[in-house]
Amino acid sequence: MFESLNDRIQNVFSKLKGRGKLSEKDVEAALKELKLVLLEADVNYRVVKMFVDHVKKRAVGEEVIKSVTPAQQVVKIIYDEMTEILGGSSRSLNFSPHPPSVIMLVGLQGSGKTTAAAKLAVMLRHQGRNPCLVAADIYRPAAVEQLQILGEKIGVPVIHFKHKSAVDICSLSVEWAVRNGHDVVILDTAGRLHIDDEMMQELLEIKRNLNPSETLLVVDAMTGQEAVNVALTFLERIEFDGIILTKMDGDARGGAALSMKTVTGRPIKLVSIGEKLEDMEVFHPDRVASRILGMGDVVTLVEKAQKTMTEERARKLEEKIRKQKFDFDDFLEQMQQLKKMGGLARVIEMIPGMGNISRLGGIDLDDKRMKRIEAIIQSMTVEERRNPSILNASRRRRIAKGSGTTTQEVNQLVKQFAQMQKMLKVLSGRGSLGTFKRLFPF
Amino acid sequence: MIFRKKKDTESNKKSQDNVARSKGVDVASVLKESIDSAISQETSEKQKSSGSLDISPDGFRRLDAEDRRISSDSSGQKGLKAGLTLSRKILSRPFTKAAVKKAIDPSFWDEAEEALISADAGVACSAEIVKRAKQIVIGEGVKSIDGVREAFRRAVVETILVTGVPPSLEGEKPQVIFVVGVNGVGKTTTCAKLGYIFKTAGKKVIFAAADTFRAAGIEQMEMWAARVGAPVVKHQPGGDPAAVVYDSIERALAKSTDFVIVDTAGRLHTKKNLMEELSKMWRVAGKKLKGRPLGVLVIDATTGQNGVNQARIFSQALNVDMIVLTKMDGTAKGGVVLAIGRELKIPVGFVGVGEGLGDLKPFDPVEYARALF
Repeated sequence: MFESLNDRIQNVFSKLKGRGKLSEKDVEAALKELKLVLLEADVNYRVVKMFVDHVKKRAVGEEVIKSVTPAQQVVKIIYDEMTEILGGSSRSLNFSPHPPSVIMLVGLQGSGKTTAAAKLAVMLRHQGRNPCLVAADIYRPAAVEQLQILGEKIGVPVIHFKHKSAVDICSLSVEWAVRNGHDVVILDTAGRLHIDDEMMQELLEIKRNLNPSETLLVVDAMTGQEAVNVALTFLERIEFDGIILTKMDGDARGGAALSMKTVTGRPIKLVSIGEKLEDMEVFHPDRVASRILGMGDVVTLVEKAQKTMTEERARKLEEKIRKQKFDFDDFLEQMQQLKKMGGLARVIEMIPGMGNISRLGGIDLDDKRMKRIEAIIQSMTVEERRNPSILNASRRRRIAKGSGTTTQEVNQLVKQFAQMQKMLKVLSGRGSLGTFKRLFPF
Repeated sequence: MIFRKKKDTESNKKSQDNVARSKGVDVASVLKESIDSAISQETSEKQKSSGSLDISPDGFRRLDAEDRRISSDSSGQKGLKAGLTLSRKILSRPFTKAAVKKAIDPSFWDEAEEALISADAGVACSAEIVKRAKQIVIGEGVKSIDGVREAFRRAVVETILVTGVPPSLEGEKPQVIFVVGVNGVGKTTTCAKLGYIFKTAGKKVIFAAADTFRAAGIEQMEMWAARVGAPVVKHQPGGDPAAVVYDSIERALAKSTDFVIVDTAGRLHTKKNLMEELSKMWRVAGKKLKGRPLGVLVIDATTGQNGVNQARIFSQALNVDMIVLTKMDGTAKGGVVLAIGRELKIPVGFVGVGEGLGDLKPFDPVEYARALF
């Protein structure tokens, strides 16, 4: 997500940064290019116009052009404005003071409501809540089964009543939830076209009956200019409080994300970023803006690391590195941490200035390669893992055979590991091992 | 394909003229008016079964009957043009304004380009279409607004036609059709609709439920297949989809079936391993056949410029012979097919215009252009 947008914007920036002084013309040329980049990214054309106008107004002022670093000033203005159109700061979900809180998901067909419902349930449970899911899509074949299977996987009850209307199912389900002590009820409604009057009426009725504390519009991140029409119509007909953007793990440039808040006035609250049911995140406009502009996202990185790694383990690891006892076992453990954090590619993306690396030079940051490395390490004996220097040709052949790889691959890994140890030595010699090294010994 | 009658266009134009006249050039209000009237128009057309539907076999039979009634009732009504009402209005705005002003000034071309961009045709493609239309207008000395409109239609058709014509679906028996696409574009529904077309033409069809990944993906295919009245080859959830393809072709060969329609799991084109899985299925099918399978890429009409990437990368995993553009019964314009056609030369074969089995229509470039402008 956002990578290709980031690439294109970097291009625009590099042209600006190449100059010591900026004339109004330079800024205008850059903004014209920025406009094209955003249009190609499916940002709504009216939002693009507004965005570019705002930046222009602020960027051609005296202060900017006469400042010592005009290019950086312009970049800063663009960052500010982008954060603004993305919604300013992140918004949390609304919960009712009298449980259960009802969260209703609505959207077009195929936007990803059912999966989003399950992911939301997982997320809420992590926050210590006790959610249940309601299968209110009685139209699409096998929609109810889909939610039931997902519910079983994540261990969250799925409520459904056969031979009832969607409106009744929802009301009955909330009663059931109260009886069974659930504090959040997530309604998975059927996908519908925003212009389908009868279906919109159904939503309205559910809303009127249950008064949800949160109604969320689910939008596919790959949607084009149409996103705005859809959102506006849903807003007009049934009102909603926030947006979930799905399929953010594709390579869409995220135009929908950039248009939504401005056009509807409703914030993007959550984003869904992968196939796994844990892959839902709170949307942080500032962090996304900095990711789009290639400034990385350290905050998210640290948060993720904290989630997957306990304080104690981190300390232990740090000590090992300091004493230069970092071995293949630690390496393996680190790699598994990394996997939990969403894979190497996603982690690298969040490091400032590193966003482009994965695409430069064609380094394959596939999880597949990580798996092979894992296999190689797991084919080593305990002694070999602790002391790689004993790895002679015969041992290496054995390891290659055992892991189903080649001797070359084993050689490569051993070499890389040696280099890494050397690097860690240098780093630890400098004294403090910051968060960065703790996270990222590769 | 049947489209709504011309009279309709005229009245649309008239009402828009009024809006433009009474409110000046307030873009927002024109847009809102057109959304409103599109909504009311759509509702008056829409006849949909309401109330509770169950998923028991009985309920299904009832649903099926209703479906047939809807598709036969509305066959004269439901077309591409119905779906494109709103987009046509937006695209017509520059024309309407020009008609009011009785002149085409430079801003007209900019507005026409903007209108195309707002239909998801993409920046480069929109510029090209406008340039071509301009050439026609200047080269042929077109004076009337209708002539300019016609020039735009021609420019659009030319853009689509460079892609060539979709291949015939008739071939060696069995013809294996891979239905692929990203998540949520309507692959399973498209499979069923394609099957229904063949079935009504008196052909033997089987479905391969190769979406073994998604929860209840197999059940969904089974339910649709029951409505079409064709058998399904399936394995366990989580099984190897290539094995499902293999088995379904075996079965098709044994029972001299005409068409095997493979419902694949939705996958984002950026997931390398999933795309590899797809090429494997394709290879497996190729080995079993005299000819090669056909690749059908399903694209949701609401998709933006990302659709071009989707088409490009899916084409690397298998041979994409045609695109099916789904969900054209909404207000989306599906202009991304123009961008895809321009860049990758993949023709559009069918458009999906509703939820009924009969709601898949052959794509006609001329009608599409006419529906846009």
